[in-house]
Formats: sequence, C-alpha cells, structure tokens
Amino acid sequence: MLPAVRAEAPAILLLAALAAAPFLGFGEGYMLTLLARAMILAMAAVSLSLLVGGAGLVSMGHAAMMGFGAYAVVILDDMGVTDAAIVLPTAIAAAGAFALATGAIAIRTSGVHFIMITLAFGQMAFFTASSLAGYGGDDGYTLYSRSDVLGLRLLDDRLAFHFICVGALALTWLLGRLLLASRFGRVLRAAKGNPLRAQALGFDPFPYRLTAYVIAGAMGGAAGFLFANATEFVAPAYISWQRSGELLFMVILGGVAGLHGALIGALGFVLLEEWLSHQWEHWRILFGVLLILAVLFLPNGLSGIPAQLARVARR
Amino acid sequence: MSAPLLALHGVQKRFGGLAVTDDVSLDIAPAEIHAVIGPNGAGKTTLINEISGVLKVDAGRILFGGQDITALSMPRRARLGLARSFQITSVVNAFSALENTALAVQARSGSSFRFLRPAATERALNEAAMSALEQVGLAARAETPAGAMSHGEKRQLELAIALATEPRLLLLDEPLAGAGPEETERLIGILRGLKSRYTIVLVEHDMQAVFALADRISVLVYGRVIATGTPDAIRANPEVRAAYLGEDEGAEAMPC
Repeated sequence: MLPAVRAEAPAILLLAALAAAPFLGFGEGYMLTLLARAMILAMAAVSLSLLVGGAGLVSMGHAAMMGFGAYAVVILDDMGVTDAAIVLPTAIAAAGAFALATGAIAIRTSGVHFIMITLAFGQMAFFTASSLAGYGGDDGYTLYSRSDVLGLRLLDDRLAFHFICVGALALTWLLGRLLLASRFGRVLRAAKGNPLRAQALGFDPFPYRLTAYVIAGAMGGAAGFLFANATEFVAPAYISWQRSGELLFMVILGGVAGLHGALIGALGFVLLEEWLSHQWEHWRILFGVLLILAVLFLPNGLSGIPAQLARVARR
Repeated sequence: MSAPLLALHGVQKRFGGLAVTDDVSLDIAPAEIHAVIGPNGAGKTTLINEISGVLKVDAGRILFGGQDITALSMPRRARLGLARSFQITSVVNAFSALENTALAVQARSGSSFRFLRPAATERALNEAAMSALEQVGLAARAETPAGAMSHGEKRQLELAIALATEPRLLLLDEPLAGAGPEETERLIGILRGLKSRYTIVLVEHDMQAVFALADRISVLVYGRVIATGTPDAIRANPEVRAAYLGEDEGAEAMPC
C-alpha cells in the first residue's frame, strides 16, 4: 500500500494546498477568481489526461466538451432555469451525448487522423455556438445569475465557490484514478500499450475507448458548468481549437504518466500565464519560449522532474 | 480419431500473385500437440494468423468446436477459447508480469466493464494469474515490469498469458524463437508439462523440440500441406526429406 500512497502524494498535497490557499494569504477576490479558473481548467485537463495517458486518445477537441457544459448553463439560464440540480446534470448529459455521437466516429480512427477528426468536431461545435444568435452569437452571453444550489445562492459566495471547485477537482481526479485502476482501466491501458495483445485476449478496444471518451466528455461538461458560473459569461471562444490546444498542452506540460500531471500542468500553465502577463507587455513571447523549453527538456513533464533529478544525481 | 477441435477446410490466402496458403485442410484432435513445420516463407505464421483471426482468408472454412469461425473477428475467436502466443513477443511492456497475466484471467472471468474497484485488489484474478506464472516458472518475477524482462522470460510470460485464458486451443507461434540453449531447455520442459492437458498447434523451427513434443506433424511447403503424420512417419517420408530438408543435407539435419 505504501508505494501506492506515495504515487498519489503529489496530487493530494496539491489539492490540500488549494483547499488551504484562502487561509494562506490568497483569500482576496482576484486571487480566488484566478484559482477558480485554474482549478476548473485543471478538471478539464485531468479528464483529457484520462484519454491521452490512459487510452492513448489524443483529442484536439476537448474544449467542445466544456463548451457543451457551458452552453447548457446558458440555454437553461435563458429559460429561467438556474437550479444546479437541473443545470449540472444537463450540462454533464449534453457533453456526454456529444462525446458519444462524435466519439463513435472518431474512435474508429487513430493517431493523426484521430487528432484531426476531434479537431473538426470541435470546430463544428465552435461554429454552431457562433451562430446561436439568440445566445449572443460571437459576442457571447452574460448569465442573469449563477446557478442556485438547493435554492441557496451558494455559488455567489466566493469562498464557497472556491471550495466547490476544490471538491469538484478532487472528485474528478479521484474518479479518474479509480477508473484507470479498475478492470475497465486495465483493459484501456492494455489496449493503449499493445492493442494486438488486447485483441488476442478477446478485448475489442472500441467499446472501452468509447466509454472512456464519453466519461471524459461528461467530466469536461461538469467543468464547463463551473466555468460558466465562474465567469458568469459564455462565448464561443470557450470552444475554440486554441482552448483545446491549451488543454492538451497542460496535459503534456504536466506529464501523462499519471493524472496528477494534468493537475500540475494546468495549475502551472494558468498561474505562469497570469504572472508573466503582469511582468511584461510582450509576455507571450516569453511564455512561448518557456513552453518550448519545457517540452524539450522535460520529456516526462513537470511531474517527471523529481525522477529526472534523481537520475541526474545518480550519474 | 475423435471429432476434431479445429478443422481447416480448403483454406486459401493470396498476397498479390503469391499463394501463401494454398488449399490447406487440417484436423486438430482434442488434446493433441500438432506441430506445423516447414522452411522459411512456407506460410506457417500466416496460417496461425488465419486461425487466430488476424488475417481474413480468401476462401475455405475454419471450424472450431464444430462452429464456423471463418468470419469472426480476433476478439470473438479469443472469447471462444482460442489463445495464441506471438512469434515476436507481444506483451504489455508497461504492465508487470502479474498484471499482464491477470488481464488474461480477466478476459474469461466476468465483465470488464467494472469501473471503481481497483483490479489489482481482486484476489481471484491475482491467484489465477499467479498459478499460470507458476506453471511457466515465473512466479518469482511476478512484480517485474514486462519491459524489463529478458527475452527468455518474455517468452515464458507469453506462454503464461496464453495459459491464463484457460484456452480450449493454444496457438503457439515459435515459442522458442530467439531463446538461448538453457531457456530452450526450460521452455521445452514447460511445454511437455502441458501435453495432453491442452490442445496445441505448435509452429516451431527447433526440430529437436518438435519431434520431442508433437503427437502429429504437418509439413507446409509454399503454402501447401505436403504431409501430415506421426513424427516417425514424417521422419521416414521421402517427399518431406526432399522438399523440406533438401536431399542429403536434410537427412543429417533431421533428428533420428
């Protein structure tokens, strides 16, 4: 059991640090807004990491899953429905259904073709959102209010919202961990490592991959629900391929060896982006260079740094 | 002979203009070790691929336990009890020996659409996997990642995986390929231990092993079966000597 606990330690420590952040001098509004954004994107990144690291499915359209969740909030808000007990399941179901419909086609391909077809489906979702004139089209839609929880304006309380985000992120990570370790996850990982072997044992990879795609999509939908509530605004830009690329980058920056990599990658990405943008007007140049350096010199991502240092020290 | 477990009727396969399997008919009886030998390029691995479902045949029928499986996919055939090993080791390198084998057990014990319970804590899976590893002498290496194993150990693991599925028929594609003399010795010992408990189709280049293990031998040359019989009959068959082993040179290579 000990090695198992050690493997989970980075994620648990990080989640604990996030939970404690408001009491460690990060309790002001601006900081909490930033952390909420980072945690919600981390949720989406963790769910994407389930696909990339667990199933070998490199999706370039994961932002669309968040988009379906966010637009479910918008459409229900427009209808006057703001009860989270209705909005959240709808957001999850909408994203899951989109994942099922597009995954059933995309998962028949692999490698570069899979990347391109998920990108294409993502762009379809993007242009559809842009054309929704009733919901602001390209300009986006400002919510009348955040969703209520059991009739309470719980999401309006900054501190409460912070803890909801911590809890949602922890739950996403924990579910992902359990899935990967389960019988289902074992087949998924085997089909990634050696599809021929999996088939020779009687496992057709397709239904396993599709199920994983739907689960990751549903998780992305939940993240989209939170994202819409965090910003109280939803625009097609949320679904753009750039956002999908960012999510994929977070996953790779953090490392795909474990789900905690996506956690670290997403938080690192968002916080570094924010910090740099305050340092220098042309910060994007520096940001790009840093990202390239990370890819070049951290083959296992940020989460692989300790092992990498240990190897260097042994030499 | 009792009803064959596996029967091939007039199986054909062409790659372009080349007939790699040319009207092959074979009956494999329950509990026999049936070796398929032949020179390089005779189409032995192709035959295994056709039986296991990696390749679709152009013509002919394959019956397994009386059921026509010609059109079934590889996973469906595997679920019917057809297990195979690969000439080039095919294990999941990132998995430990135990997890590789437990995955094979999992394939025949209940649904794999179970999402929350860690598979590594399922005692039934682990115990069956350990017993397969013990059969091939790998129990002490259960926790070793497959990617870190020696070639010979990987061959043993390949065998353990096939056994763990509790197959009705084992297709072994050159289980001794690339193994050193000691490893070969050990693997032959393991295969001998399986004799009469499993039905095995064995493709192998090591004639010593083939003649020591096989109940019957089929000789494949240019995609055609030119002879099938007991080891003694095959050894005495002049056509086999000429076609497969090449005149005098072959007479020496053929173990007596």
